[in-house]
Amino acid sequence: MTIGTPWGRPELYTDYKQDMALLNTRAKTLGVAAILVVAALLPLLVADDLLVILGGGLVLAIGALGLNLVTGYAGQVSLGHAFFVGVGAYTAAVMAGDPDGRYLGLGIDFMPLWLLGAGLIAALFGALVAPLATRLRGLYLAIVTLGLVFIGQYLFFEWNDLSGGPQVGREAAKPELFGIEFTVDNGFKGGWTEEQKLFWLFLAVLVIAAVAARNVARSRIGRAFAAIRDRDVAAGVMGVNLTHYKVIAFTLSSFYAGVAGALMYSASGHFTPESFSLLMSVQFIAIVLIGGVATVSGTIMGALLIALLPRIAGELPAFVPFLSSSASEHPNVFEFEQVMYGVLIVAFLLFEPRGLFGIWHRVRTYWKSFPFSY
Amino acid sequence: MTQFLGAVAGGVGLGSVYALLALGFVIIYKSMRVISFAQPAFMLAGAVLVSYLSPSIGFVPAVVVGAIAIAGVALVVERVAIRPMVGKAVFVIAIITIGIDIVVRVVAGAFIGRDPRQVGDPWGIDAWEIGGVYIAHRHIAAFLVTTVLVLALFAFFRWTPIGLAMRASALDQEAAMAQGVSVGAVFAVSWALAGGLAAVAGVFAASGRTMDQNLWHIALAALPVIILGGLDSLGGAVIGGLLIGVAQQVVASYHRQWFPGLDTNIGSITPYLVMLVVLLVRPYGLFGTREVERV
Repeated sequence: MTIGTPWGRPELYTDYKQDMALLNTRAKTLGVAAILVVAALLPLLVADDLLVILGGGLVLAIGALGLNLVTGYAGQVSLGHAFFVGVGAYTAAVMAGDPDGRYLGLGIDFMPLWLLGAGLIAALFGALVAPLATRLRGLYLAIVTLGLVFIGQYLFFEWNDLSGGPQVGREAAKPELFGIEFTVDNGFKGGWTEEQKLFWLFLAVLVIAAVAARNVARSRIGRAFAAIRDRDVAAGVMGVNLTHYKVIAFTLSSFYAGVAGALMYSASGHFTPESFSLLMSVQFIAIVLIGGVATVSGTIMGALLIALLPRIAGELPAFVPFLSSSASEHPNVFEFEQVMYGVLIVAFLLFEPRGLFGIWHRVRTYWKSFPFSY
Repeated sequence: MTQFLGAVAGGVGLGSVYALLALGFVIIYKSMRVISFAQPAFMLAGAVLVSYLSPSIGFVPAVVVGAIAIAGVALVVERVAIRPMVGKAVFVIAIITIGIDIVVRVVAGAFIGRDPRQVGDPWGIDAWEIGGVYIAHRHIAAFLVTTVLVLALFAFFRWTPIGLAMRASALDQEAAMAQGVSVGAVFAVSWALAGGLAAVAGVFAASGRTMDQNLWHIALAALPVIILGGLDSLGGAVIGGLLIGVAQQVVASYHRQWFPGLDTNIGSITPYLVMLVVLLVRPYGLFGTREVERV
């Protein structure tokens, strides 16, 4: 790839294509390569318990990328993301489930198949909901998608063959590809542990998902999304087909949510219908806002921060004496963790509306023009 | 028939709670064009506060003090977190209110504690039996108090200067400012009113049962109410609240006969189902102002 001119005038773009390229500066190319190398080597360097958390963060990032497409890029507020994550999780569990087991199962072991299946079924539900989105705007849409979470949870509670019922739950889909069983621990035999293998798997899926999201964002579809977000009437005047692109936004977002749902419980191996509550939707909203609206890298940063939050909260009682680690005393770390979601959302929106990406952007700009202030 | 009338009586009680909550949502929406997702937290906080106050100062004073205190909390929240964001995208402000909701709700929830806690209302689960129909005292009390509050609110908007200012700024904010209306004061009053109404609603929602963390789900069911009534219609909020309350109780009561195959009572999601159906037919609710838009 040629960057700028061959004679090294950095950031001199001679055509539109260079400006819109995926890695449009040399620093970005090197930075992304370095991050990928570090991420790929991380399982060898970091203890397994931290790896579980980071792996969870990567899966959250996949789901949050979907929410960022619909809410960040296309500006359609969705509080119903948890529902689509749930649809994905159950689709994967059913497709990969044991046909002779207690709950529904089709016995498809081939991972790419159930991963895609989970995404597609969730996308189908997204496409079914989308017509509502085209009729409604802004906060009406937020409330309807909130209703979706409650209705969805009712269905998950009620359909016992699918979900195992409230507080019982069922086993999640086990990732397995070309004879590699990702959920089997081979650490004691000198092989890879479960945590290491799952981290690599999640990383691979996230990289594919992130590149795809970035490509959507810088294509015709992404520009249409941005136009709808900034002013839908103006977008309509310019010839953007609102219905068409809103349906695309919801379908894509639900696809991401479905894939994230399929992978979300592979580490713990079990999940209950209680998981897909409003709290999960709020968690995804928090990731998008804390990370940075309409940014891919910010979403990933936000997801890792939110995933690490329980761990950070868990470490706190050692430093903050009045915080208890027992759930029956107040104030305890679980309450602290929840309060932190709220505080982080409010604080970021008030003081750094562009999220973690905004902070990074500021640091970058400072050093770019160093020693001048601008 | 007695089953139906009993369900309707219960529904009117529940609907009164919804109506109070929905009024809060609508008042804030009319002044700022924002839905405050912090209402559930104010409702829970109000109920918890009253449960602490009523043993020492009596139930009625506790409700009054609780409502005023929560109105004060709402004022502070509005000033600190919402006012700096005025003029930003409504979606951003709505999300901020979600953040506030989480913080306030968790802090209030921490005070519930392990022991069963009640708001100390004088009605409990007492009921009159009229021709085989049981009508709980608390439902009648909720309905009467809601009626009084609604009349007081309408009088407030109709005859007081600040009420006039609120109506003016709801109609056209810039024109109201040009006439000397302090829009900041309008925002503050609307948040305080919404907070106080939520606290009263919380007391009635919590009466006849012990307090638990899930009380705030009731306030979320008031969201379909404002959608049904229309986001900017006070009358719609009251009528929508009663309609949804009655519909929910009737469905909950007849669940066994109508849906014998379903284990979980479908009453809990009835408000959302009604909302979906209404929105498909009338995207701006039953009494909401239709946005005129030409492309």
